[in-house]
Amino acid sequence: MTAPLVTFQNVQKWFGDFVAVRDMTLDIHEGEFLAIMGSSGCGKTTTLRMLAGLETPTAGEIRIGGRLMNDVKPHDRDTPLVWQSLALFPYLTARENVEFGLKMRGVSPNERKTRALDWLDRMQISEFAERNVATLSGGQKQRVALARSLVMEPQMLLLDEPLSALDANLVIRMQGVLIQLQKELGITFVYVTHSQSEAFAMADRVVIMSQGDIAQIGAPKDIYRAPANRFVAEFVGRNNILSGKVTDIGAKGVEISAQQGTFVAANPNRPLSAGQSVSFTVSADLVSLSTEEPKTKNKAQATLISEEFIGSIVTVFLEGAAGQDYKVQMQERALAALDLVPGRDVWLSWDIENANILESDL
Amino acid sequence: MKVRGSNVALGLYVALIFTFVFAPIVFSLVFSFNSQRFPTIPLGEFSTEWYVKIFNDEDVWKAVRNSVIVSTSTAVLATVLGFCTAYTDFRYNFRFKGPYLALILLPPTIPLIIMALAMLAWLSRIGMSGQLWSIILAHSVLTAPFAMAIIRLRLHQMDPDLEAAAWNLGGTEWQAMRHVIVPFCAPAIVSALCLTAAVSFDEFAVAWFVSGLNKTVPIVILEIVQGNIDPTVNAIGTFVFLTSMTLVILAQLIFISRQIKSHS
Repeated sequence: MTAPLVTFQNVQKWFGDFVAVRDMTLDIHEGEFLAIMGSSGCGKTTTLRMLAGLETPTAGEIRIGGRLMNDVKPHDRDTPLVWQSLALFPYLTARENVEFGLKMRGVSPNERKTRALDWLDRMQISEFAERNVATLSGGQKQRVALARSLVMEPQMLLLDEPLSALDANLVIRMQGVLIQLQKELGITFVYVTHSQSEAFAMADRVVIMSQGDIAQIGAPKDIYRAPANRFVAEFVGRNNILSGKVTDIGAKGVEISAQQGTFVAANPNRPLSAGQSVSFTVSADLVSLSTEEPKTKNKAQATLISEEFIGSIVTVFLEGAAGQDYKVQMQERALAALDLVPGRDVWLSWDIENANILESDL
Repeated sequence: MKVRGSNVALGLYVALIFTFVFAPIVFSLVFSFNSQRFPTIPLGEFSTEWYVKIFNDEDVWKAVRNSVIVSTSTAVLATVLGFCTAYTDFRYNFRFKGPYLALILLPPTIPLIIMALAMLAWLSRIGMSGQLWSIILAHSVLTAPFAMAIIRLRLHQMDPDLEAAAWNLGGTEWQAMRHVIVPFCAPAIVSALCLTAAVSFDEFAVAWFVSGLNKTVPIVILEIVQGNIDPTVNAIGTFVFLTSMTLVILAQLIFISRQIKSHS
């Protein structure tokens, strides 16, 4: 494997007493689409701003292409950023906005114009080239902002929640545009967002951050199916979380004795010992519901509380004997066939390989 | 009907205020074209005699030249000072920022006569009084807060990411200043120039104390009034009034039109 494009080595960022990034070690590879995701204040934007040189790390090292970047000024970097506010220059036209970076780099007026118009054309907004940016729509501004960064032909593009101001339909369209662009250009995209759907739809790898720490790094599917800890399990998707003590470790799986019963979970990638406390998750869409007691080992009895109906998929909320909450996601027509009545007991069951033991309880 | 009644009352009230503000000026304007020596009604004939008289008065020309030099230099100095202070406030956070801003805004709150005496005492102590640039210095101190207030207002409307976006696209701090901050503030800078020039052009007390032998227009006006009552004072008054009004209206128009533009 080639050397990573960007390395964060034990990077910390403090603002007074507030720790924005606690101890980050992360590699970003050439040509990958990396999403950094978390709720507000988790340190994701600070991480991005450190990459752009707008914040200086308090401790640790950031390298881009092997070069130590800690004290390199923003204008000496090749890290254009698409801002959440877009930050287009309001007194300039769309073309002048796109030309801005080239002008700063001393590119000749003719070449600037040609390159800017090329990019506006590529973003399908060439007809608005001579319009003041203030008169453009949200989607058009978004494209100007992208063109303004990409005309610099960077190695890496930084994006800070660029789609957060757009309406839902436009977000899906722009996601398509971004994925396409990233594939065609083959450059690294670092995309900061609080939106799971945006991160999972576009990124090759997702970094989940919580209170200045990395909670998990992985491909979207791995994070979704095998959250590493309780924070990720609760933050991502709909997971059922159960805790207990290891009673037996076999070839087929790990037997766990919990308050709700005895379950078998898939063997994790780490050694466990009998008596150890562990938690495991089962995705809501991997749980089956039945009125008859199933014959599998992993089952629990619960009472229907409520349903959340969003089109063809329904989330069913249930409560088990020990007060445990369960979530089950299923097709609406499958649920209708079960003919459930609130208050009546039903059985939940799941396969051993779908029970994922968390790496830590954090 | 009730609403209409109060509207009429309010209209009258506004008309009355405008009458009180503008009547003296209108009278001065009218009598400046009056052939009679004393301002009495009925009026005499239409005459430009008094304008011709001041036009041929070397003292008045000298004063106009001095005033133009003082007010343009003051405008530039005060606006540069005001811009720097407003930018410091926009860009940086530091301890004692509150007191810093309060101190900067202080000069216009000091009574002019006190300010003038203090300026004279200070400038003569350091051997800098009695020059044309003594007035420029004193006026810059006096008007810089106005420039700062106008430019600060404009900077507050700016997306703080804009400057960082310029750095991010390869602009040095100076380039960002030149290509982002200054163009964004341009309407405020022009209005600050006009307004500070107008204030300086009209200012009498400070100029009178520190000017020595370098008379500005308001000082010459006082001398005319002290010497002999003569309608030239109306002529010169009309000229001063039109100059300052033009500057102030220009300042307003430029600032307001940009304001509307950037919000549409």
